[in-house]
Amino acid sequence: MNAFEYRAPRALDEALAVLREHGEDARAVAGGTALVTMLRQHLVRPGCLVSLRDVPGLDRIEATNGALRLGALVTHREAEVSPLVRERLPVLAETFRRVATVRIRHMATIGGALAHADPNQDPPVTLLVLGARVEIRGARGHRELPLDEFFRDYYETALEPGELVTAVTVPLAPAASGATFLKFLPRTADDYATVAVAAIVTLEPDGERCREARIALGAVGVTPLRARAAEALLSGQRLSESLLQAAGEAVKGAVDPLSDHRGSAAYKREMTAVMVGRALTQAWEAARRPAE
Amino acid sequence: MTRVIRLIVNGTSREVEIPTYRTLLDCLRYDLGLTGSKEGCGVGVCGACTVLLDGKMISSCIALAVFADGHAVTTIEGLADDERLHPVQQAFVDAGGFQCGICTPGQVVSAKALLDAVPNPSDAQIREWMVGNLCRCTGYYKIVESVRAAAERSRA
Repeated sequence: MNAFEYRAPRALDEALAVLREHGEDARAVAGGTALVTMLRQHLVRPGCLVSLRDVPGLDRIEATNGALRLGALVTHREAEVSPLVRERLPVLAETFRRVATVRIRHMATIGGALAHADPNQDPPVTLLVLGARVEIRGARGHRELPLDEFFRDYYETALEPGELVTAVTVPLAPAASGATFLKFLPRTADDYATVAVAAIVTLEPDGERCREARIALGAVGVTPLRARAAEALLSGQRLSESLLQAAGEAVKGAVDPLSDHRGSAAYKREMTAVMVGRALTQAWEAARRPAE
Repeated sequence: MTRVIRLIVNGTSREVEIPTYRTLLDCLRYDLGLTGSKEGCGVGVCGACTVLLDGKMISSCIALAVFADGHAVTTIEGLADDERLHPVQQAFVDAGGFQCGICTPGQVVSAKALLDAVPNPSDAQIREWMVGNLCRCTGYYKIVESVRAAAERSRA
């Protein structure tokens, strides 16, 4: 690792001031699972590390108007075991549970994971399908972005130098909907996904036709992505197993996976279709189940 | 660039001046002489460097030592009570939960953290919790058996 100055401000404004002062030479760090690993591999060489670990007020999980708001310093493990998340958005708690290991989940924060923008991560897939919004603070103040405008490219986000993710707001799933997250792991339980799929199916009040279906995918493109063409096949339709399989086939055109040790690009594309079909089937079943 | 950090290691206050880039693992091993925690993969995957930070298990190879400033760290050296092994350690000895031993400090610290959080875990809970502690010798059956035995003994 290169030598760097380490700053541990105790207030958000102070952290933003230090980031502004050091410009592109500074990196924010919270859990460190991504950044310290990259430092060790000499992939980044910042002159200054700005720790957010002592910044108060960013570690809360709150129920707001029809949504859950998770502060940037909430760890993956806290989101996984939070009674509030488990009760209101069980699919999100389950998604966090599938990330790496308990050890990593104790360290990795939600804000850090979003800012890191590795397209192989799991939580962004479910956050995307649920229509989450990212809260951002910078020198010029506060702004908010839908998550699908936040991710720009491989490890690239809409964050400007000096800006920080401070929270993510996740709308609760609508009534008569079912949501699911599936992670295809042909190697080990703690691996990154070969493909990850989140799906939410919302039915019309008649319980027959599909009002809206949303599908998000991870690990098969430069960012987590929505499969909008496949979604359009389902909205307004009377669902059937064959229609869901057709939607699975339709995602093949939306993905651009890399060949690597988790599978060839062609294999991943085929498995994306299979996993989307399964995720939609499960989400549809959950949507039809009467509310408890 | 160095920094003085104060931390509580296995119940004892320590103060140490370190370069800011020192990992917690290297600080424990080379600055504080606690060589029980091992470096395996160096990227947070294998679990050989598992320690507890304020009671929560983490990978010390990808944590900076400065993260522990003002906090409490528990390592494998902090488990035994003088000559008397911690029940988890004794269970690994009795059930044969190791062979070469390099992963063992991490396995034992992880198992202790599990039993602190879930005193009576099911086999499924043991396997899910321990999934990030790799062992290339035993094949895991005896590790799960050791954790189960430690839980049973703690209940007795």
